[in-house]
Amino acid sequence: MVAPLSLLLIVAVTIRAALYRSSLAELIAERVEVVSPITAWKRVIEGLALLDLGVSPYSGDVFHETPLIIYLFHFLVDYAEITFMLADVITAVALYMAVKDFNKQVFRKQKFSVEAERYPADCLELIRSPTEMFYIPLKVAMFYLLNPFTILSCVAKSTCGLNNAVLSLFILTTIKGNVLLSAIFLCLATYQSIYPLTLCAPAMLYLMQHQYVPVNPRRAAFWWFLVQYLFMYLGSLFVIVCLSFFLLGSWDFLPSVYGFILSVPDLTPNIGLFWYFFAEMFEHFRLFFLCVFQINVFFYTVPLCIKLKDQPVFLMFMQLAVISIFKSYPTVGDTALYLAFLPVWSHLHRFLRNIFLVSCVLLACSALFPVLWHLWIYAGSANSNFYYAITLLFNVAQILLVSDYFYAFLRREHHLTAGLYLKKKDGSEATLVLK
Amino acid sequence: MGLLSDPNRRRALISLLTRLNAPICALCYFAGVCWFMGLAFEPFTLRTYMSENAMGSTMVEERFPSGERALATGKEFAAHKKKVGGMPVDWLVKTMQARGLEVFTQSFSRTLPFPDENKERYMVKGTNVYGILRAPRAPRTEALVLSAPCSPGDNNNQAVGLLLGLAHYFRSQVFWAKDIIFLVNEHDLIGMQAWLESYHHTNTTGMDWSPLQGRGGSIQAALSLELSSDVITSLDIILEGLNGQLPNLDLANLFYAFCQKIGVLCTIQGRLQRNDWDSVSGYSHAVQTMMLMVMKQASGRPWGDHGLFLRYHIEAATIKGINSFRQYKTDVTTVGRLLEGMFRKLNNLLERLHQSYFFYLMPSLSHFVSIGYYMPAFGLLAVILLLRALDLWVQLVSPPAIAADGVGDNAQQSSPGVLSVLTPLVISHLTGAALYILPTRFQEIAVEHFPVSETEAVVLTVIAVYTAGLALPHNTHRLLSGEGTEQGWRVLKLVAVLYLAVLLGCTALINFSLGFILALTLVPVAAFVTPHMPKTLSAVVLVILSPAFTLLFSVFFFQELEEMPVSFQDGWLLYLSVISQGILDHYLYGSLVYPLIALMVYPCWLLFWNILFWK
Repeated sequence: MVAPLSLLLIVAVTIRAALYRSSLAELIAERVEVVSPITAWKRVIEGLALLDLGVSPYSGDVFHETPLIIYLFHFLVDYAEITFMLADVITAVALYMAVKDFNKQVFRKQKFSVEAERYPADCLELIRSPTEMFYIPLKVAMFYLLNPFTILSCVAKSTCGLNNAVLSLFILTTIKGNVLLSAIFLCLATYQSIYPLTLCAPAMLYLMQHQYVPVNPRRAAFWWFLVQYLFMYLGSLFVIVCLSFFLLGSWDFLPSVYGFILSVPDLTPNIGLFWYFFAEMFEHFRLFFLCVFQINVFFYTVPLCIKLKDQPVFLMFMQLAVISIFKSYPTVGDTALYLAFLPVWSHLHRFLRNIFLVSCVLLACSALFPVLWHLWIYAGSANSNFYYAITLLFNVAQILLVSDYFYAFLRREHHLTAGLYLKKKDGSEATLVLK
Repeated sequence: MGLLSDPNRRRALISLLTRLNAPICALCYFAGVCWFMGLAFEPFTLRTYMSENAMGSTMVEERFPSGERALATGKEFAAHKKKVGGMPVDWLVKTMQARGLEVFTQSFSRTLPFPDENKERYMVKGTNVYGILRAPRAPRTEALVLSAPCSPGDNNNQAVGLLLGLAHYFRSQVFWAKDIIFLVNEHDLIGMQAWLESYHHTNTTGMDWSPLQGRGGSIQAALSLELSSDVITSLDIILEGLNGQLPNLDLANLFYAFCQKIGVLCTIQGRLQRNDWDSVSGYSHAVQTMMLMVMKQASGRPWGDHGLFLRYHIEAATIKGINSFRQYKTDVTTVGRLLEGMFRKLNNLLERLHQSYFFYLMPSLSHFVSIGYYMPAFGLLAVILLLRALDLWVQLVSPPAIAADGVGDNAQQSSPGVLSVLTPLVISHLTGAALYILPTRFQEIAVEHFPVSETEAVVLTVIAVYTAGLALPHNTHRLLSGEGTEQGWRVLKLVAVLYLAVLLGCTALINFSLGFILALTLVPVAAFVTPHMPKTLSAVVLVILSPAFTLLFSVFFFQELEEMPVSFQDGWLLYLSVISQGILDHYLYGSLVYPLIALMVYPCWLLFWNILFWK
């Protein structure tokens, strides 16, 4: 499996290197779908210039990345292209290894269940075979590396690629069962963009299962593990924030990075839901709706945790999707990360209901973004409503996609316990309805 | 959301759609065409009305007196033009200065990718002369443009004369709140392109020009004037710009309102409007006017000097004087008054024209069809593609059984390899890229080896590559992946149909007419092509519905509409020149039709060609 993976990496790097050399790179770096005010490379360059002049990079309202990023590029600015390609490669390899490990565990668990004859007899066709699972890690790496969204994001040098690398390392270390590293990478991801905070829950659930700690609030072991993990997580967060303070010598970055993410002052159009809504809103409602929109991102953690407490990796996928849909400055790079997980759930395909519709809509929206942008900004004949309509459609499609996978997952679990061919009481064939 | 989650209802709907797929598709196609033809029927259209308050309520009085003097200036200009054998720059500078304008010149040069045989030019060198009348009443942040091309021969001398006359008259008035730029451009669109690029500090087409020495504010609106006789019978307004872009409808409304007020006959597409909409001939007149607009818009080329302004977000139109055999003539003084009135209203603008429509079709000057009315015609055609895609998807997912609900699916069929789909896709696009790149690259070689001129070489290469593309790809998918399977062509067709749907959708948003015409011919191909049809007959049908033949038919149809029918021989020559013009438009002004056809539409059509010959 190493040979196809390295071939894939070479192909991916070649595509990116070729695009860096072409005239398209400049065009892509300007696209609002690909870069956000936080992740734009242009702004990082500006921050670096300010830093070199001995001014705080956060003076003026241009730079909003974290201090660690700017110090990273302080040394690596000449090798930026390599850094971004490397970040993509790291993400892909980490996802590859993580999914490989995860599949092994899934298979082992399934084997135990089959041996214990826990599955109903007619569920044999739901049981996953090793041949089917063999190529999944490679497909995951391929879905990430060859996804046009990732390629665009990398060519635009959007720092989103680095965030994705950190997140994928977090997923890898979690699945490997390394508590300390998991906490550290999660803290790095949180430090970058706050929202990965919600991944705390799936990580803890997974690690508890991994260490055979019962997920039961009445047991002391549960609380002891929780405290341990949170201590590591918050401790490293504290260290990293203090480190940033000592690097910069001021607390400027807190309002400029986290305040910027939470209070959404920059309403440049993007693929998210915030900009249009807050541009149209009366000023005195702003705070209220800001809270509503931000809580929306975090809120789904609770019900999802309760429903999916036995499947933390699926929970993680759901959380990543929810974050990338509802965060304040989403880009296509965020979408690419959770789309990479789709091959992992390829066994759910038979239960998916709207996949055709959703993929058509996602495809059409991706093509319509630049067209309507052109009509709005350059031709002046359309207006912001056209663009927002597509944004809305894009997000509805994403939500449908995620909820479809959620439904399919739950349904498969249900069939695994209740049997595949459900009968009604009168003996006719039953159908499952989600209401 | 009941439809998305309730499996029973979904199953019923999907089985309905797959069972009745062909009739529904035929019905949609028919309904789409009918809807489109119905757009010209007057009760279905809206009357034009002025949306912009700043131009609507205020009255202006037009007093331009000196038409005769303008004509005299025009004659003087003609004499100097003849003497110099081109643009009389010195005379123009002197005359404009004498009228109290700030005068500047700009020189430009451009070598065309290959000689333009219609206008007989290859290495173009020229000079634009423009004078700025500074606004006395406001900060000079906004400007209006009045332009007249300096054309070869005896054309347009009166336009330049009138322009100078208006400049003289406007100079003496005090109420201008916007700078007015009077521009005389040489080599029509090329000069205009040079001036506009320089004004906005951009260079998109690699032209050489000297930077402008003087500027006004940001240009709000522009009018281009074409006038070739001392008296006219009617005025024609030309709206279609680059890539089918149209100016705000208020500009056309303004023109119409002043024509009504002053009592000048006004036309669009050279056609008067008629009042007998309920008679057959009246309806067919409206349809023809609308079809002319659709054909012109679909061509994507600027139909007057105003066409390039639109790219810079400037509302612009060309006003053309027509002298036909009518009794009732209008003199230049009246045209001058009309322009004065329009400029005074534009002068009143507080913001850019934005109130009215940007997407419209006009069956007559007093009626229009807005985007909400014409888009369903396209939507009905596009829906066919989606229905076919749904049908294919259902066939792919569950060959024997129902598909709506997961239960009842059989295990995965041997899915066709990615390669068998990817290969035709890549090869068609490479053919498309060849069609785009080869003609201009290989003209020298072609000229060396064959007895043809450069222009012929380019056009013939286009046709050669296009024809070669038909022979090439339909065997290549076997090279890589052996026998094509039944599933294989279905997957390929699904991809092709979705690709076409997205492509046509995007095209129709930017340029409705082009999207609609392409949909009209490509949708039937996409809907019904399978490998199991009689090969020869379907191949002939497919070729007849291919983009190249669409263009050929359009050329003949356009000539019919213009009431200048041509014989097949002449039509063929015209067809060749249209191809070369299309390529030139792309390289000179950045028109997108040629790359769109070569890089996207043609490869997409090749995919269907592939499916027909799937083995």
